[in-house]
Amino acid sequence: MEDLIIAGKRFESRLFTGTGKFGSNSLMEQAIIASGSELVTVALKRVDVNSDSDDILAHLRHSRINLLPNTSGVRNAKEAVFAAQLAREALGINWVKLEIHPDPKYLLADGEETLAATRMLAKDGFVVLPYIQADPVLCKKLEDAGAAAVMPLGAPIGSNQGLQTREFLRIIIEQSKVPVVVDAGLGAPSHASEAMEMGADAVLINTAIAAANDPVRMAIAFKMAVEAGRMAFEAKLAQKSYGAHASSPLTSFLS
Amino acid sequence: MFSDELQNISWEHTSQAIAAKTAADVEQALQKSKDLLSVDDFMALISPAATPYLEEMAQLARHYTHMRFGKTISMYVPLYLTNSCMNSCVYCGFQRSNHIERIILTEQEIENELKVIKELAPFQNLLFVTGENPRDAGVDYLEKAIQLAKPMFNNLSIEVMPLDVDEYARLTAAGLYGVVCFQETYHKARYNVYHPRGMKSKFDWRVNGFDRMGQAGVHKIGMGVLIGLEDWRTDVTMLAHHIRYMQRNYWKTKYSVNFPRMRPSENGHFQPNVIMTDKEYVQLMLAFRIFDHDVDISVSTRENKEFRANIIQLGVTSMSAGSKTEPGGYATYPQALKQFSVSDDRTPQAVVDDIRNNGYEAVWKDWDLCLQ
Repeated sequence: MEDLIIAGKRFESRLFTGTGKFGSNSLMEQAIIASGSELVTVALKRVDVNSDSDDILAHLRHSRINLLPNTSGVRNAKEAVFAAQLAREALGINWVKLEIHPDPKYLLADGEETLAATRMLAKDGFVVLPYIQADPVLCKKLEDAGAAAVMPLGAPIGSNQGLQTREFLRIIIEQSKVPVVVDAGLGAPSHASEAMEMGADAVLINTAIAAANDPVRMAIAFKMAVEAGRMAFEAKLAQKSYGAHASSPLTSFLS
Repeated sequence: MFSDELQNISWEHTSQAIAAKTAADVEQALQKSKDLLSVDDFMALISPAATPYLEEMAQLARHYTHMRFGKTISMYVPLYLTNSCMNSCVYCGFQRSNHIERIILTEQEIENELKVIKELAPFQNLLFVTGENPRDAGVDYLEKAIQLAKPMFNNLSIEVMPLDVDEYARLTAAGLYGVVCFQETYHKARYNVYHPRGMKSKFDWRVNGFDRMGQAGVHKIGMGVLIGLEDWRTDVTMLAHHIRYMQRNYWKTKYSVNFPRMRPSENGHFQPNVIMTDKEYVQLMLAFRIFDHDVDISVSTRENKEFRANIIQLGVTSMSAGSKTEPGGYATYPQALKQFSVSDDRTPQAVVDDIRNNGYEAVWKDWDLCLQ
């Protein structure tokens, strides 16, 4: 399978994972290792970036794992930029998953603020991965603003509803010049496969793994599903057939 | 303002409607609970008709909690800054006419308390509690306390008298994250039986305090009723109306609920009018989770350790531990009068062990000051 490249960095795994909602940090570590994920998002609200003994960070110290700090909790561009800069200073990481969702209930992104923050952070040297609604126009604007990838949602965060935004994701994937990571709402390995078959460059899974009865086995299931979906995409799925081809009533006059 | 909305909700009709709920109403509410339920559905879930459905409700509540919060319990600790109070709440040990030693912690004492709390456990969520004493423990004092705590705690909340919009905004700018305030009871006609004098006797000022918090952009608002005053089913239904009203109007704010069950007060005079059984408490907690998948449900050390251990999987999402409910109780004045006696006096570590044994992670940090 082709490697994925974001901002010059090469990833063998196209499964990104989150770190929230696990029953313990050691279970989180085991599940993430089992998933093969190389890009793992951590919420700045949950980790103490200034402490060497932070328990979440301690469980993520593996050479294979790259951290992707996220700004979940901020309500506007200004707060997001400030948080990203502090994280860069403390962790020495200039990648940021931009999450600006002022609505704490459905955690839907504020496109206007996300675009503004992407502009500022990209100019400031950040590798910006913005989480957004599956809005094709916004994705193109984010690309122009310097986003290193776009992360449209499949369904509301934590809803496990699958690709509710399928038609819009299809357009985003078709138009995008930067990698498309389907983030949020994927509840089953089959959802992840479907996203990959459609041509998404990667998926990000958190709740579906963390809230499973057996997170480690579920992580493996997602790993396999992402690989299967990607392989199918690269092998070019045979087109669905639209009925029989016995006669050619429209073109028979040509023969 | 919510006081206007509340005028259109009849206490008596609500009580009757809850009593009239049937098994069919309960089943209908449960069936559609994947989506946002109405207050009418909530009334079915807390009604006597729902009692046979407790196990089914528990399964659903646990599922929704896992989806939204995961297997985590957020830990917090209260710090009582003062027991001085101008109010006369008939059920409270801090009421003005009680002849007890009144303490207002000095800056040095606050710092000492904070240090001792940090030695107890890696707490990041701190709740300042005061009586109502705007002259000596008002907004200036609270702002100072916030400044003292900021270097050590990432998430600062207050449980104090209702304030003005400007005052909430000022404290938020200083680093405040959340405000907790219990309406105690939504029964307006009976409210003054319990709160006869002082600022707290003004029902509308208190109930509209939540609007003021929302207008000031407070990040998280904690709401609740005191179980033991009026019919709990009707009171929590009013709370359900209130929370929906708040969510519609102040959509950037997070909400938490808490249902403190009244325990015997230090003055020995007031005994609860209503006793809520453990089974009823669990029913209420499950119903609230099914009604609102995202609301933070907090259970304090008022509840005993056996009960707290048993409810970890039933929808609770935040817990206090190691709490002292007297000002200076951690370091300065460990013998002062408590507001209420703590039932779960285990160390934070023992509480956390219990949480882990249930397969849950105790979360100390769920906010960072750099985000606000």
